[in-house]
Amino acid sequence: MEAMLRDRKAILVFVGPALLIYSVVILVPIIWSLVYTVFEGSVIGGFQFVGLHNYAELFSDPTFWQAFLFTVKYAVVVTIGQVGIGLLLALLYVFYLGKASPLIRTLVFFPVVLPTVAVAALFKKIFEITPTYGLVNSLLHVIHLDAWIQPWLGQAGSAFWVIAIMDIWRSMGFYGVLLFAGLVDIPAEIFESAKIDGASGWRMVRYIVLPLLAPILFSSFIFSINGTLKVFDSVLALTNGGPGQATTPLTLYMFTTAFSNGEYGYGSTIATALAIMCLFVTLLIFRSARQDVG
Amino acid sequence: MPQLPLQFGTPINRRQFVKVAAGTSLSLTAFLAACGSTSTGSSLNSNGSANIEFLSVQQAGTGWPLILATITDQYARTHPGTTFKVDYIAQNNLNQQVQLLAGQGALPVLYNSPPPDLLAKLSKDGEVLDLESTFQQLGVSDQITPGAVSVLNKIFGSPLTQLPFELNVEGFWYNKQIFAQHSIQPPNTWDELVQICANLYQKGIQPLTASGIQGWPITRLIGNYIFRSLGPDALLNVKNGQAKLTDPPYVEAATAVANLGKHGYFGKGVATLDYTPALDLYLNGTAAMMYMGSWELRDFNDPTVNKIGADNVGFFPFPNVTGGAGNSSQTPMNAGQTTTVNKAKYNATVGQWLAYMVKNYGDVALQKEGAVTGFAVHNPPANLPALTTLVINLIKQTAQPVLWFEALFTTKATNISQQDAAPLVTGAMSPQAFMAAVQQANQS
Repeated sequence: MEAMLRDRKAILVFVGPALLIYSVVILVPIIWSLVYTVFEGSVIGGFQFVGLHNYAELFSDPTFWQAFLFTVKYAVVVTIGQVGIGLLLALLYVFYLGKASPLIRTLVFFPVVLPTVAVAALFKKIFEITPTYGLVNSLLHVIHLDAWIQPWLGQAGSAFWVIAIMDIWRSMGFYGVLLFAGLVDIPAEIFESAKIDGASGWRMVRYIVLPLLAPILFSSFIFSINGTLKVFDSVLALTNGGPGQATTPLTLYMFTTAFSNGEYGYGSTIATALAIMCLFVTLLIFRSARQDVG
Repeated sequence: MPQLPLQFGTPINRRQFVKVAAGTSLSLTAFLAACGSTSTGSSLNSNGSANIEFLSVQQAGTGWPLILATITDQYARTHPGTTFKVDYIAQNNLNQQVQLLAGQGALPVLYNSPPPDLLAKLSKDGEVLDLESTFQQLGVSDQITPGAVSVLNKIFGSPLTQLPFELNVEGFWYNKQIFAQHSIQPPNTWDELVQICANLYQKGIQPLTASGIQGWPITRLIGNYIFRSLGPDALLNVKNGQAKLTDPPYVEAATAVANLGKHGYFGKGVATLDYTPALDLYLNGTAAMMYMGSWELRDFNDPTVNKIGADNVGFFPFPNVTGGAGNSSQTPMNAGQTTTVNKAKYNATVGQWLAYMVKNYGDVALQKEGAVTGFAVHNPPANLPALTTLVINLIKQTAQPVLWFEALFTTKATNISQQDAAPLVTGAMSPQAFMAAVQQANQS
């Protein structure tokens, strides 16, 4: 088998189809999109070469920078929330929940398998103000805090936090299970010897759990940050980027620019900026991972 | 010795491996090739009967598709084999779907129209049929009402290219019972309207309802204020570059509408309110007034939806602005979501169907759906609901129709305007910033 896999023809036949599909589905659109950035127009009106005009427009476009800041803020908050709460859940599963652990794991994991649109509809109802109060406003009404009743999704500040809470709630179970898998992989003897040496509570987490869990924590961060930088469906379903453009991330701005406004060139330029941002963040995480873990 | 199929764990030689890998790649290629569409989008059968395909934002069995299907069924009695098929697409995906299909030459023979700027490009590509000359050739020019032609020419220019499956007037619909209980008369001026809102608000009644998510029910008010204060050509002047939305009289319109929101007249959750819940607030008696088009006649006349009752639905035109150049006899009108006939898919057989359709659409729509359209009505039903009669009369009386705020804007400016309407009325965006954003988007 090993000799066969060293055969170049076999390798070509084995890798060729996958490489071909990868090239057609991933590489070609990326290159195509890059080419679009120096053009403007649409498929029916035709394209005109505009040089670097789209890039110049990008730097002077306040909506782009608003979307950029929203994306970064969202990615930081939600990544810390997802991985941080995921870690706490993993610790809870391993150290505090005994026989109930599988049941709690299943319950906390449940939102991961729910469709985003369904979760968004649920959160819309929870934070509703009209035609009837949702759960949050009803509770505020019951405890006579009527002054706090507000359109949570109709204001830029509160809408951001509703989206963040929703996405943290939706994904924390996934990161909980991921980190749980890493945690149970740590030999029990290490914990026992740490206990004999007097480590417990926070010191155990700080000096034993976190260093040994670091590779999985970094993977979780990479998954989470890249997922959150590319957030689209949850925002689209919950606020559609509104009110106004207050909760519009780069992905949604790219989508509306290209497909609603028909500016394919500028839309591709936004997509390129987003791709560079994801690449930069991933490299940054890999670099720090190499220093800390390697 | 017969060859046995490969099993897991069975060692395979190089030739077998290459065969398996090559077979897998060929199967995959064949599978991917099979995924491609084989549809040609033809609208002509071999026996000469037409296949009418319609890219529609309304689902089959409702609205225009239902009326067209009914007409096609009647037509098929004398032209066997004629079929009608609806390709549904959500309204907010229409523009991109039209562009996608046009790029592949796959637009069906009937499609709901994208905005005028996009339609102009499609026209250059030969995918928009000139209905004016086509209807002359088919001898059915008189089947479209002059009012509809006037509105369509204002939006899309001449010659006529659009089928008016709707013809609507817009204005304020009010709750007669609430007005009577508080001795309120419909307003004649904007100032009176604001005063009525203030009175109702003080009495704990929500004066107005509008969808901030849709945005257009709010921007309609800005457009109409501009028409009333600056005259019916005010937004045409913006299109032609003779005026800017950032000019003080235009900003005044945005300020007037923003003030309605500032005082809470739209209710607390205007930014999070979608079209149907906003409409429900009027139809269940929560809100006293609503700016809306007459396409809602169907809901007004439906007792299961309209809880205040059709008798309690009153109408008043958008009021005058004191000292303004326009007046309330200039009624906002539109032809709703219009439909284009694809020139590339048009042929003599489709022409026969088209002629039959335009001769019958007005009657079938009014009888089946109670809908007022831009097509001539030959046999009006004996017992038309009072509100439907009111709308038909309003359309007949309108000598000078006006359009709406975004009617002559680019697609981008339309999107920006409707997105930013909610922040305008919640105070998150100033009227100056709102108008500047729309003006800039309209220029780019």
